Amino acid sequence: MNAPTPEFRGAPSRPEPPSPTAMLAELTHRCPLSCPYCSNPLELARKNQELSTAEWADVFAQAARLGVLQIHLSGGEPAARADLVEIVDAAVKAGLYTNLITSGVGLTDKRLKALAEIGLDHVQLSIQGPTAAIADAVGGYRGGFEKKMEVARWITDEGLPLTVNAVMHRRNFDRLDDVFTLALRLGARRLEVATVQFHGWAAKNRAALMPTREQVERATAQVAEARKRLKGQLVIDYVPADYYARFPKPCMGGWGRVGLVVTPAGKVMPCHAADSIAGLSFPSVKQQGLAEIWRDAPAFTAYRGTDWMPDPCRSCERREIDWGGCRCQAMAVTGNAAATDPACAKSPHHGALRALAEDATAADPDAAFVPRPNA
Amino acid sequence: MSALDAEAVPRLPRGVRLREDPNRGWILLGPERVLKLDAIAAAILSEVDGDRSFSAIVDRLAKRYAAPAPRIAADAGAMLRGLAEKRLLEIEPPESGEGPP
Repeated sequence: MNAPTPEFRGAPSRPEPPSPTAMLAELTHRCPLSCPYCSNPLELARKNQELSTAEWADVFAQAARLGVLQIHLSGGEPAARADLVEIVDAAVKAGLYTNLITSGVGLTDKRLKALAEIGLDHVQLSIQGPTAAIADAVGGYRGGFEKKMEVARWITDEGLPLTVNAVMHRRNFDRLDDVFTLALRLGARRLEVATVQFHGWAAKNRAALMPTREQVERATAQVAEARKRLKGQLVIDYVPADYYARFPKPCMGGWGRVGLVVTPAGKVMPCHAADSIAGLSFPSVKQQGLAEIWRDAPAFTAYRGTDWMPDPCRSCERREIDWGGCRCQAMAVTGNAAATDPACAKSPHHGALRALAEDATAADPDAAFVPRPNA
Repeated sequence: MSALDAEAVPRLPRGVRLREDPNRGWILLGPERVLKLDAIAAAILSEVDGDRSFSAIVDRLAKRYAAPAPRIAADAGAMLRGLAEKRLLEIEPPESGEGPP
């Protein structure tokens, strides 16, 4: 292994963390859609707080030096940035594998051609459901579904690989077979079936979005069947519902271990929901270098590795598989971000998480959404 | 798993890139995927240029590593097929037409 040259540091020595492989760049919180499970924080950044083109270019160059391989350009809707082509160009020039995560709204054929020409590697297009009626009701944007169909065509016409991302929940889970069919029809190489995660906006909409146990079990079986049937044709990644699971998801592949997030205003976080954890403060790329933040910022070292773990994680044989699960979920359900993720059957709070799910599914299935504002 | 057809031409599709990383060695980058390659996988993929047929790739590897071609064909075929199943590789069938199947 080519370890970097050690430098003198006054603080007690800590082993060098591995380099991150992925960075999520939230270019803006502005978005024409208002999905009720938006992963953006409840407090959205305003346009005048956003990093400039040059600041992003500098962040990408720093990320590449730090060892990041893939950059995910997201939002909000990244196409809401007038300088999206310049931003992608900077990421490509930094040598990063560049992925655009978009709702499609705000893209034009011409803009997409420009992105393909400068070397964009991959596009992930979200759908809110397999039909216009469902999708536009969830996304809160009339005509959004039709627009996405058009954008998918532009993407595949350019020869760019297309991933369809479908966030699934109580209102659309019963149409999962139609989602497989749609992804195939659009020529996607890959489909993400992501069961909604209850942070931020989704937590506000828990009662409207929580899938039932029956829905989740059926979906899991459908995914297994579709993977077999569509082998070599469509790759399906599945994020199952952890609130009905026995083990927690290895959130972010472990805290501060493989990935990092930069917010529209330049805050650097170990995961996109990390600012729901009270007591952590996140450095900005405007004040500090990315490498130093990754290695030393208390927000990154707090839950890195296994030393921070309480029992049952500490003595668990899965501690380097699950990495303790999700810190934000631990915070939201137990009030303590250092607790074992309550999705784990070994957590003393597991019953509380199950109760949250059961209470939510007992609520009115047609309850109105609390929409995320367009910012 | 069997070898590929001798005339089949494997190629990395758009959005899949082979690169050497100073700290991680050879890696294959694809949509939401980072695969760390061992020396054998890297050697096989370094011969995939979108023009060479499977049999040409096997011949070159057999010469380069002084190994029996049938064994290389089995290993390389299984690996390339595995990547194709993950949609990280495209395999062009031999020129269609009058030939027998």
